[in-house]
Amino acid sequence: MPLKSRHLLGLENVPEEDINLILDTAVSFKEVLQRPIKKVPTLQGKTIVNLFFESSTRTRVSFELAARRLSADVTSFQASTSSVNKGETLLDTARNIEAMKVDMVVMRHSAVGAPHFLSRMIKSNVINAGDGTHEHPTQALLDMYTIKEKLGRINGLKVCIVGDISHSRVAMSNIYGLKTMGAEVYVCGPATLIPRHIEKLGVKVFHNIDEVIPEVDVLNILRIQLERQSVGLFPSIREYRTYFGINSERLKRAKKDILIMHPGPINRGVELDADVADGNNSVILDQVENGVAIRMAILYLLGAAE
Amino acid sequence: MKTLLKNGKVISPIKKVNEILDIYIEDGIIREIGKNLIKENTVVYDLSGKIIAPGFIDMHVHLREPGYEYKETIETGSLAARRGGFTAICCMPNTNPVIDNEDTIRFIQHKSANLLNDVFVIAAVTKSNEGKELAPLLELNNAGAIAFSDDAMPISSAEIQRRVMEYLKMFDGLFIQHCEDQNLTKGGVMNESIVSTSLGFSPMPPIAEEIFVIRGIILSEYLNARYHVAHVSTKGSVEMIREAKRKGIKVTAEATPHHFTLTDEAVRSFDTNTKMNPPLRTEEDVEAIKQGLRDGTIDAIATDHAPHAIHEKDVEYAYAPFGIVGLETAVGLTYSVLVDGGYLSLEEMINKFSTNPRRLLKLPEIRIEVNEKANLTILDVNKEWVVDKYKLNSKSKNTPFHGFKLKCKPYGVINNGMVEIFE
Repeated sequence: MPLKSRHLLGLENVPEEDINLILDTAVSFKEVLQRPIKKVPTLQGKTIVNLFFESSTRTRVSFELAARRLSADVTSFQASTSSVNKGETLLDTARNIEAMKVDMVVMRHSAVGAPHFLSRMIKSNVINAGDGTHEHPTQALLDMYTIKEKLGRINGLKVCIVGDISHSRVAMSNIYGLKTMGAEVYVCGPATLIPRHIEKLGVKVFHNIDEVIPEVDVLNILRIQLERQSVGLFPSIREYRTYFGINSERLKRAKKDILIMHPGPINRGVELDADVADGNNSVILDQVENGVAIRMAILYLLGAAE
Repeated sequence: MKTLLKNGKVISPIKKVNEILDIYIEDGIIREIGKNLIKENTVVYDLSGKIIAPGFIDMHVHLREPGYEYKETIETGSLAARRGGFTAICCMPNTNPVIDNEDTIRFIQHKSANLLNDVFVIAAVTKSNEGKELAPLLELNNAGAIAFSDDAMPISSAEIQRRVMEYLKMFDGLFIQHCEDQNLTKGGVMNESIVSTSLGFSPMPPIAEEIFVIRGIILSEYLNARYHVAHVSTKGSVEMIREAKRKGIKVTAEATPHHFTLTDEAVRSFDTNTKMNPPLRTEEDVEAIKQGLRDGTIDAIATDHAPHAIHEKDVEYAYAPFGIVGLETAVGLTYSVLVDGGYLSLEEMINKFSTNPRRLLKLPEIRIEVNEKANLTILDVNKEWVVDKYKLNSKSKNTPFHGFKLKCKPYGVINNGMVEIFE
């Protein structure tokens, strides 16, 4: 049973059965990752290019490892070392990739819709590894995988995403995916960091984190971009930490098996205190581990199907 | 040159004419109007089933020359205008150099001197459109500027805008403003709505337009000066202009075909031809603009024809320039959406394209009468056609309407002693 689309551009229109298929497939790949030899021949002979127009360490390494463990040939491209600096357009980049007969492209780009643009230009499968402030579907899938692995289900759970929702592709993909899977989604942050009309997506908006904490099963805490403060979107790091930072004091009122998640990299002591990040409820490193399994599942489902 | 137009239905809202008549034109002047005219040694066009209307004018066009001839030239933009049914266009001053001096006006007048279509120049209100120092408005007026605007670079200072409007009042010059508080739209690429939130796009809130509209209305009332709102796009703007007109404030407005045809849902395609400024708005706004056109709140239909080269538009959405071409689709869209849609009669459509904008610009009325200059637009109102961007006469092809099925196609234009009949 293949996925409905030959690309993974976002979760907004991905149906529940496809998300389940990806999550279920990832279970068997996670098992592979526990073996002494962590490699299967599934994508032998396939070529995958990681096109990263924006710096990233963990997502790029995660995709690279996923590709290698499926025995695909993989090459990574960072914008800073490519012809992008010479002013090449994305259209020309796309035509070059096409000429080089690449099977799959994993793309990160600072512009919303860039992977969608690419997917119209080339025949390869395109996987969105983050487009601007739009979507980051593999992150949301690994988040959902982690929730399901730890709590046994997604349907009916209350998940709160905390922080800068306006500029977060992780938030958007999580909202789409979690809503599709039947979770109740809350967002909590300063009013200036929550986009207008977001309640129309079926999420509840909060500005008081202490009101939310006792209710929810999962806190997914976003990295606060320090540069947002200089453009006046919130008054100071100190005020943010005081009113929205997650610390052990606040978590005293939480459910005892609450999951603490963070897509990384963490600003320790700002949005999340170190003892909580490293504490018993934290599943932050499980997220990283599951990221490889999820990306193997996606590469497999898109690449092996053709 | 002698021309006889036979069997066309002449519609002249000013004279309340709506009748099938023959028109005989000699050297650009209407010499005879009547039934069953017969002339010798004359080019005869059978216009059975066609409409003959006073010539259309598009008061908001970017011709790109001088400076950006790779997007459009006076010649190609004029051809697109005629094929779109316009016998006159007004060009905006954001060229290079900016039209803030007499020489650039003379250059455009020279380049367009022998064309069928008139090209009227809208000059800048501040030097280089920078919103800081007044352009030489008296000199520009004397050189023939028909109206004044910094269009895409709206004056941010209310103080400078006040001085501009005061100064223009000396000769009752028309100040046209693109209404946008650019502090509120910084970095924005589309309307602020559920769509911008869903797609993660930096938003351009409707209030950025409305704050400028109300500021302009307040200045207009205070100074008793004329104020024309370019391409109205929001419900709030329509309501404020309606109320201002009711109070007798000298405010007027235009709307574009794309703003009464498309909504910001179109942006979900990531097609950069859905990116324009003001951006496409919501269904509610579209309905308000249609109502505003119906009840006269919005005086004119103008295209904001904004050509951009393929390589400029074929990029990531955020990097693409704002704007679409509009000259060749305006008549078809207006007829299909507003006349067929029951918002305007054909006479009212003609007023929005001819009578009203000409009145705002203080151009002479077009009378379809004996001894008057023949300035006519001929429409095949029942013609159904499909927009094909590759067949546009404009140098640029950036339209979101490729593949749209429209009704009503321009059939010919007559002006300045010249006749062009298409097909």
